[in-house]
Amino acid sequence: MSSFLAQDVPLQFYLLLSAILFALGILGFIIKRNLITVFMSIELMLNAVNLSFVTFAHQWHAVKGQIFVFFVMMVAAAEAAVGLAIIIAVFRARATLAVDRIDLMKL
Amino acid sequence: MHLILFFLFAGFCLAGAINLLVQSHPINSALSLIVVMTSLAVLYLLLGAEFLAAAQVIVYAGAIMVLFVFTVMLLNAGREERTMGSRVARSIGFPAVVVVLGIVATVVLTARGIGTASLRDGITSTQDLSRVLFHELLLPFEVTSVLILIAILGAVALARHGHGDPEHTPRKITDRTEIERMAAK
Repeated sequence: MSSFLAQDVPLQFYLLLSAILFALGILGFIIKRNLITVFMSIELMLNAVNLSFVTFAHQWHAVKGQIFVFFVMMVAAAEAAVGLAIIIAVFRARATLAVDRIDLMKL
Repeated sequence: MHLILFFLFAGFCLAGAINLLVQSHPINSALSLIVVMTSLAVLYLLLGAEFLAAAQVIVYAGAIMVLFVFTVMLLNAGREERTMGSRVARSIGFPAVVVVLGIVATVVLTARGIGTASLRDGITSTQDLSRVLFHELLLPFEVTSVLILIAILGAVALARHGHGDPEHTPRKITDRTEIERMAAK
């Protein structure tokens, strides 16, 4: 039991966790019906990819992988600010957050 | 020890992500997303990325999620109504998710030469990180600051009250005396 506890973690576990989180993000993007929650699913996918980057940075002892995550975070912050402003503008125009009712561009 | 910490926080991560999907109220989804992001910060720390762990907590779990929670409160977003969504999403989306997950899992599990992570590995110090960031990647770093500035301007322009609505456009102050009265205040 103690040898089990002292074991190292294979990096595959981290990559697998990242893949599962990404899949859950896509699922949320598909099944959620609230505009804000759909946006949160996108953030979840970004975080899953960040975990992959950090894992591979650890694998190759490369600092640039971590710096890429830093840039992804900054772009995500900008994206969240603009995206939420768009959501507020949409809510003002349509008075709803349900993605089924925001269908002006639907064929 | 590393294994226990990994499984504990990976469990938190997955539980939070699943809770995000299951909850029907956006504020509950936002709070479970905070759980996911904070557990990811611990996982970054386990992988030796101390600066990113701090940045994850401050930027993601702090700043971005505060924006989300404020928006949920500001728009008074209620319980979402469950519909089945579009036919295309059901017939193509769900199989695509399974296929993507299957392919990635197969590639990851059959890959050779992927190492292990242990608590003895040491951490990438902020000094190492900033040395590369401010020497080799200074230009991209500065360009990002411009990006953030443009994003702030865009957010203000988009969310400004009464934008494009003639009833709510702010009254233009043309009267001379009114300007002087405001200046006197």
